Amino acid sequence: MNALAQFRRNDQPIYLDYQATTPMDSRVLEAMMPYFTYKFGNAHSRSHAYGWEAEEAVEKARAQVAKLIGADEKEIIYTSGATESNNLAIKGVAEFYKDRRNHIVTTVTEHKCVLDTCRHLEQQGFSVTYLPVQKNGLVDLEQLRAAVTDKTVVVSVMAVNNEIGVIQPLAEIGKICREKGAFFHTDAAQAVGKIPLDVNAMNIDLMSISGHKIYGPKGIGALYVRRKPRVRLVAMINGGGQERGFRSGTLPTPLCVGLGEAADICLKEMDAEAKRLTKLRDRMLKGLQAKLPEIYVNGDLDQRIPGNLNISFAYVEGESLMMGIKGLSVSSGSACTSASLEPSYVLRALGVDEELAHTSLRIGLGRFTTEQEVDTAVDELVRHVTKLREMSPLWEMAQEGIDLKSIEWAAH
Amino acid sequence: MAYSTKLIDHYENPRNIGSLDKNAEDVGTGLVGAPACGDVMKLQIKVGPDGLIEDAKFKTFGCGSAIASSSLVTEWVKGKTVDEAETIKNTDIAKHLALPPVKIHCSVLAEDAIKAAIADYRAKSAKKEEEPVAPGDQAVAAAK
Ligand SMILES: Cc1ncc(COP(=O)(O)O)c(C=O)c1O
Ligand code: FES
Repeated sequence: MNALAQFRRNDQPIYLDYQATTPMDSRVLEAMMPYFTYKFGNAHSRSHAYGWEAEEAVEKARAQVAKLIGADEKEIIYTSGATESNNLAIKGVAEFYKDRRNHIVTTVTEHKCVLDTCRHLEQQGFSVTYLPVQKNGLVDLEQLRAAVTDKTVVVSVMAVNNEIGVIQPLAEIGKICREKGAFFHTDAAQAVGKIPLDVNAMNIDLMSISGHKIYGPKGIGALYVRRKPRVRLVAMINGGGQERGFRSGTLPTPLCVGLGEAADICLKEMDAEAKRLTKLRDRMLKGLQAKLPEIYVNGDLDQRIPGNLNISFAYVEGESLMMGIKGLSVSSGSACTSASLEPSYVLRALGVDEELAHTSLRIGLGRFTTEQEVDTAVDELVRHVTKLREMSPLWEMAQEGIDLKSIEWAAH
Repeated sequence: MAYSTKLIDHYENPRNIGSLDKNAEDVGTGLVGAPACGDVMKLQIKVGPDGLIEDAKFKTFGCGSAIASSSLVTEWVKGKTVDEAETIKNTDIAKHLALPPVKIHCSVLAEDAIKAAIADYRAKSAKKEEEPVAPGDQAVAAAK
């Protein structure tokens, strides 16, 4: 059953980076296989059985994706991933409605593909409001309400942050957008399949989905586009008019099937998996806290997906820690600024001190994480944080009671 | 990033971690970098009566390359005179550890640290010649 154990070689490190990507579930691969081989037809071929067979498969998958988010299957458009979905959603509505509305509201902690899309639109003459977030990573609803005007075409707020895993108050944001007549787009790449989502209950008009974050294949995603009331978009890829004209190009049948199967598994297993992951995450955090003083969780711990921890290990630089924990694959929100690699803009937006931001790791747990892996990870982290603190001049000074803020460091 | 075996060896088995008495007259302390930048190095030298560096210790908050650079420097300065130690160049460190380009500044930091430790030692010696002071009243040197 443990697909990762099945695919992983023994010499590979323990995978704890489930927000970066997820391994494909073996059930997904199995569902896809025929469409790579003998069921190879073009879903748009209307004249023979090969085409019909492929069409049936992509439509079944579309319905599976729709069901996971409470949508109608006609509202799902296949794309190459969440990056494309975000581009299409934001640029598409902005372009279509530009004569009436030219303002976009988003947040400073969005994924780069949303921020970069907004920057691009600014260059095209749109105005964009980048809302700050609170210390816990969540948007302030009153600030959001105040930012939305009768010129706002779309409010784009991510459902779950990829670095700190916090869940934004989607239903409340949707309500505000509906009241103000602005569309609500959410980048749900990290949320879909992890937490219950309902596009109608939450008044979501556009939602971006990614296959490889939900144990499906890479290179496929979807965009939910509401039909009632109708949301109109200018297409970015023109051609044969597939996907209701929103996204031309022959559908990659095996990938669509994989996305559908992945969505179906998420729907069936979400509750049980959320409970299991919450237990594992708590076990990890408690295990670390029991042995390590001065560690801090970044982002709200309650409004958070079960599979994410983002922790600052004070006085230990993140990159050096990652180099030590060779048996674990995690990611670091830190990077030395002197190498002009900036520490995470997300942590900065939360107001995390820069020195603490440099000590942060993102730890992602997922479907194939076991209790034993969590225990091994805790041991390895404790061992290396302790070792690196012994060699940290900052830890030494802190132990001597020196206030690091009182020192005039020669910044460079 | 793929690191050289020498670098990994210094990171995994760092030489000369620790601290010397920063108030001792024969000890020079250099503290460079800044926590907000993600790197701080403390490097100390102890100079014997014969003018040779008889001990060196370091503590580093920074990436693996910064840790390895400081570890290497403590090895290099031992047995050298202060003047000789002062000629250590960051390029030598970078070359020895085969640092990738984005990590060159980690070796610069190590050069700065040894220079700062030497400057502190010299300042102490000069002061000693002028007027012998009671030990224990000098602040952490490079912390300005
Ligand atoms: C929040 C968020 N949005 C968008 C993306 C991009 O998704 P994709 O790789 O499917 O283009 C990611 C993944 O990196 C993400 O975490
Ligand atoms: S100390 Fe800055 S990257 Fe090494």
